[in-house]
Parts: sequence; structure tokens; C-alpha cells
Amino acid sequence: MDWGSILSNTAAYLISPETLAYALAAIGLAVHFGYTGLLNFGQAGFMALGAYGYAISILSFDLPWWVGIIVGMLAAVVFAFILGIPTLRLRADYLAIVTIAAAEIVRLLFTTQAFDEYTNSADGLGNYHAGFRAANPIPDGTYGFGPWIYNENQWWVRIFGFALVVLAALIVWALMRSPWGRVIKGIREDEDAVRALGKNVFAYKMQSLIIGGIFGALGGVVLALPSAVVPSVYVTSLTFFLYTILLLGGAATVFGPIAGSIIFWVIMAFLSNVLPALVQVGALPFMTTIQSQVLRFILVGVALMLIVIFRPQGIFGNKKELTFVK
Amino acid sequence: MEVARKTHQRRSRLLVVLFAALFGVFALTSIGNAAHADEVGTDEYDYIFAGNVKYDSEPVGDVLIKVSGGGYNAEVVTDEDGKWRIGVPEKGKYEVTLVEDSLPKNVVVVEGEASVDAEFGLTKNKTVNFFLGQGVRVTVSFFDQFVDRAVNGLNFGLMLALAAIGASLVFGTTGLSNFAHAELVTFGAVMALVFSVFLKLDIFLAIPLAVILSAVFGYVLDAGLWRPLRKKGVGIVQLMIVSIGLSLALRYVFQYFIGGGTYQLPGAGAAEIKLFGSVALTVTDMVSMVVSVVVLLAVAWWLLKTRIGKATRAISDNSSLAAASGIDVDRVIRIVWILGSALAGLSGVLWAYFRPGIKWDMGAGILLLIFAAITLGGLGTAFGALVGSLVVGMLVEVSTLWIPSDLKYVGALVVLILVLLVRPQGILGRRERIG
Repeated sequence: MDWGSILSNTAAYLISPETLAYALAAIGLAVHFGYTGLLNFGQAGFMALGAYGYAISILSFDLPWWVGIIVGMLAAVVFAFILGIPTLRLRADYLAIVTIAAAEIVRLLFTTQAFDEYTNSADGLGNYHAGFRAANPIPDGTYGFGPWIYNENQWWVRIFGFALVVLAALIVWALMRSPWGRVIKGIREDEDAVRALGKNVFAYKMQSLIIGGIFGALGGVVLALPSAVVPSVYVTSLTFFLYTILLLGGAATVFGPIAGSIIFWVIMAFLSNVLPALVQVGALPFMTTIQSQVLRFILVGVALMLIVIFRPQGIFGNKKELTFVK
Repeated sequence: MEVARKTHQRRSRLLVVLFAALFGVFALTSIGNAAHADEVGTDEYDYIFAGNVKYDSEPVGDVLIKVSGGGYNAEVVTDEDGKWRIGVPEKGKYEVTLVEDSLPKNVVVVEGEASVDAEFGLTKNKTVNFFLGQGVRVTVSFFDQFVDRAVNGLNFGLMLALAAIGASLVFGTTGLSNFAHAELVTFGAVMALVFSVFLKLDIFLAIPLAVILSAVFGYVLDAGLWRPLRKKGVGIVQLMIVSIGLSLALRYVFQYFIGGGTYQLPGAGAAEIKLFGSVALTVTDMVSMVVSVVVLLAVAWWLLKTRIGKATRAISDNSSLAAASGIDVDRVIRIVWILGSALAGLSGVLWAYFRPGIKWDMGAGILLLIFAAITLGGLGTAFGALVGSLVVGMLVEVSTLWIPSDLKYVGALVVLILVLLVRPQGILGRRERIG
């Protein structure tokens, strides 16, 4: 077994675009679920809107890349309104079902043949990189050391994504220590008490849904930046993985989602490298290489169950802070 | 209705010309009067699609050919030699369609589709030919199509109801929105696959075995997971996320064992028998519908007439009150899990015939429709789930008359959201059920 390449492939996921994208989307989910107590199961839909908003504005409408990002964010705002207006006044599990349904609607609309001209249906979109790469301040060449050696474009994606993650974490940190954040957390603990204080709970929930949705859309953009937009990525499992990440790190924390994403991706990368290697040297005689890849996802599901049952506050969470609405 | 008529009924020639002329005025102003000649846009553009429409070595004139792609649309009618040419602005992928309605009677495109994707190779010309042969063009009236889809929708709705009633009873008695219910559906189908295909048992033995194993699986899940969690006092939202974790784990366990492929149960894909109008069903479809109806009636009888059934409804109404009046809540919940899982397993087997095929993530495909059905009918009411399922099933199938079939689930999900706007408690739910 080649431990050198296994460890270096694993280490690459510390700063991979996937890690950063999932961290951003999980920060959005932390605003929804961790701080406000909104059961948003449609974060994959927000991500899809961000990614497609970015790609379609560049490919079909020849807009600059940064306008594409704004379009993706605006799409998320509109989506948040569509989701929020019918459901935020209702019981929490209604929001769960509506958001998961709406995210599927978004994915199916991007997958269908009917809008092939813009979405390229199931094949997805690519080749929208020119503008973003032209804005790259890094001179041509390869940089880095150890497992992190990339060319200027790969570094640009990582630095840009990392900057967005830091910015999002700062915004969430600042928001949650503001009066606005205290109201939001109050809504999570006891909605009626906050209402009795004269706060417009619906408006606060809507604002939270929009802010978290924008982070989700940015996550989608970062996921789209290095390669392509493929509709089959934005399935409900994506949202479930984000919940795993969020609950792993701690739902009502600023760094929880980031740490959760790094842990999630590093473990996934480690297993995806080490399990096939173990199979090849005959250490796991009862499974094939393909099965060893599926095993990772079984472990994700089991991990999610165990975290929720035994450590619902996550690694960094505070048990005093209720992360689950009773 | 208008759209369906246009595409499915045979158009008169006059209408084609009128339509083409109209189309020409609106869309092809740059091409001028060439809207229905044998050559369109060949002067303006360098890239040219051409073809020769022949039937039995005889050229066929007056056949309508359409080209679309990259935001460009054009159409042409073949000349008496059967020839046509269309120029297109750029080298790219276009869809070339032969409008079958414009062919002479009893002639259809026999090889491939009447609509093909064409791309230019190294040259600026591309020949697109259609292979014609004798055949009867299926022209079905709107009403017949509607009935056909509605019957299919009924079938789908019934099997959805089998799955949804279990999920609804679980929700009613425990408050859990069980995301892993979809995996119970897959479990039934996979067990039927294991017994009938892998172990080569007779299918009529395999299906009851699969349903029984599903029931056992439901019991194991309740005894091993849900009951301890209830005892621990874990919150509803936590339970919901545990069910998501369980759903992911089970789904990938199925993939681990049966791989990513699609399997068929014995007897799937049987020939359709024409019943009335344009309604044609396979024997398995008919058996499936009868089985669903019988089982659903039995469940309804159980809920209304037996002690346990009444106790189930009492717990759904008010769990503490039911416990106070001497109902063993834990026992009833256990029975609900067993019954719900068995129904879901049966529904999985029937769905494996309806789709057709068994795949590791087949249950996840209808999970949202199950939720839509439950919410539509009224969360936690068993008969609401039945009504909701039938509505959703019909809606999914009938909506394909108007919208592309790859969007058929969208219609149901949109209706779900709209219903929540107007009547959040669902069709049969009561107002105080919502918070």
C-alpha cells in the first residue's frame, strides 16, 4: 500500500473547492437550522440556483463573472421568498417537506429537456471559466508544496472560495452577537415568547431564510467555479450530507460548519483512497473496490444517526444551547 | 387541451400552411417569403441540412420538415422530387423533425425517430434522411388519452397509497416524519428480487415472503431503534434527522449488495391487453390494482372495526389521553410499524412492476410523492393519505398530457406547495392539527 499517495490525496481535501463549497452551504444551513430553528431541507436547491445562475448568466447572456454570482444570489433570494411565504407561518415539519419538494422541483427543472437551450439538461454546463480566470491576479505557473501543488487557476478558485468562507463566517459571527441574532435565537428557543415581545417573527424568519439561502447559493457558485455544473449533484442527498456536516461541527456555531466540512471531506477522501487499497492487498476479502466506495456512504448515514443521538450539539456546540426544537 | 389537440390529432393541410405562414411572419421575418418552399435559408447561411424523402423508392412531396436549435427555427416542405434543404446560421447541434402528420396516409417513420439530432461533420452540408414505411399512425383523441393516463394514475395512486398509509400512521402515532419510509419500499422490492431471482423461488412464494420480511424489518427497526429513542425522550426533529441518517445508510446498503444496476422481477414487461378505448393494461397491472384495492379495504376495515385499529386512531388523535384510558401505546406503535413496513414492502413490489425495475434508490424517487400525498390528505390521518395518494397518482400521470414527462413529478410537488398555501391542514385534516 502506498501510504504516501493516500495521505497526500487526503490532505488535498483540506482546501479543496468541494470542502469550501460545502462549508459555505453549511454556514447557510447553520443560520437556518442552528440559529433560527428552521428545518430547511432544500439547501441543495439554493446551491443549484447559485451554480446555474452563475453559469447561465455567463453562457447564455454574456454577463461578466461577478454579475453571474450576483444573479445566483438574487435567484436564492427569490427562492427564499417562494418557500417562505407559504410555510414560515406553519409548523416546522411543513417547512421541511416544502423545502425538500421545492429543491427537487428546481433540480427537475434544470434537468428537463424542455429548457435544454439554457440548461443543457442532464449533461450540465461547462466552459464558463474565461471571465473568472481573466480576473485572476496570480501570475501563471505552479505554486505550493507537499500535497498542495496547484497552477494559478486552481489557486485562484481556492483563494476566492476561502475568502468567501471567511467572509460568511465573519458575517454570521457579527449577526449572531447583534440584537438581530438574539431575536433569531429567541425564535428558535420559544417563538411565542418572542412574538409576545412584539417582534414580527415571520419577518425575522424570512430574513434568516434569505441570508442562509444566499450562503447556499455562494456554495453552489464555488462548487461550479473549478469545473462544471451537473444537475445530478443537487439531489436531496446533498442536503443530507450538509446536515451531517453541520451537526458534526455543531449547528449553532460559527466554526462548526467549516470544521465539519473539512472533517467530512478529509474522512471521505481518506476512505476513498484507503478502502480500495485495502481491498487490493486482500485485507477486505469480502468486498470489491466498488463496494468499498459505497461503504463510505453507509458510514455517512450511520455517522449522522450516531451524532444526532449521542452528541446533538456537535463537536464545538454548547449543550446549553438548544440545537433542536422540542 | 388545445396543445394536446394540436399534437395528437391529424391536422389538415390547410392548417399546416396557415401555421407555417403565421410562423414565418413571426419568427422568420429575416428569411422573408421562404417559409414553405423546398429551400429555406440556403442563401443566407453556409451550413445546410438537406435530405430526400422517399417511400417505396417514390419521392414524397409536401412533407413538412422542421429544424430547430441554438435559438433558430426553420421549416420547409419537400418538392415533388421529395427534396428539401434548410440553411442554418452556425455549425452546431440541431434537431431535425419530420412532421408525421404531413405524410400520406398509412406512412410513418419506421426506423429511428421522426425527430433526430443532427450535427455537421467536416463539411458544411449534412444529409438527414428519414426511413419511411407502412404503418398506422397512432392518433388518439384527447379524451382517450386522458382516460388512459387516468387509469395509469389510479394504479400508481393505489400503490402510493399502500406506502403512504404506513408513513401516515407512523406520523400520527409517533409524530415522526419518517424519511426512511422510502427505504422500506425499496426493501420489499429488493427482498422480492432476492427470493425470486437470486434464490430462484416461485414469484408467488417470493412476494409474500418479501412482505413478511418487510414486516419483520419494521419490527426490528422499532424494537432496535425507534423504541429506545422514544424511551430516551429524543425530540421529534432529532428523530426526523435520525431517520434521514437511516435512510442514507439503508439506501447505500442496498447499493452495496445489489450494485447500481436495474433488475427485473419475473413477469415484468408482459404484453398489454387492450381493454376499452385506448386503455391497455398488462396482467400484472390488473393484478396489482386488485391487490392494492383489497389490501387498502382490509386496512380500512382494520382501522374502523378492530380494537387495535380504533386504538391507533385514538393515539393519532391524542396520545396522552389514549394512554390514560388504558391503551398500551407502545404495543400499538409496534403494530403500526409492522403493518406500515409490510404495506410499504408490498407497495415496493408493485412499484417494481410499474416502473418497471428494481434499483437501489427506487424508493427515494417516490419519497417526496409519499410526503406530498400525506400532506395533501392531512398529516396523520390514514384516510387522508389514501385520498392524497390517489390525487397525487392521478396528477402525476394525467399532467403528462400538458407537460413534458420528465417534469411529471414537478406538477404534484407544485400542487403540494399550493395546497399548503390555501388549506395547510390538507383535504381531510382538521384545523387544530397545525401549530
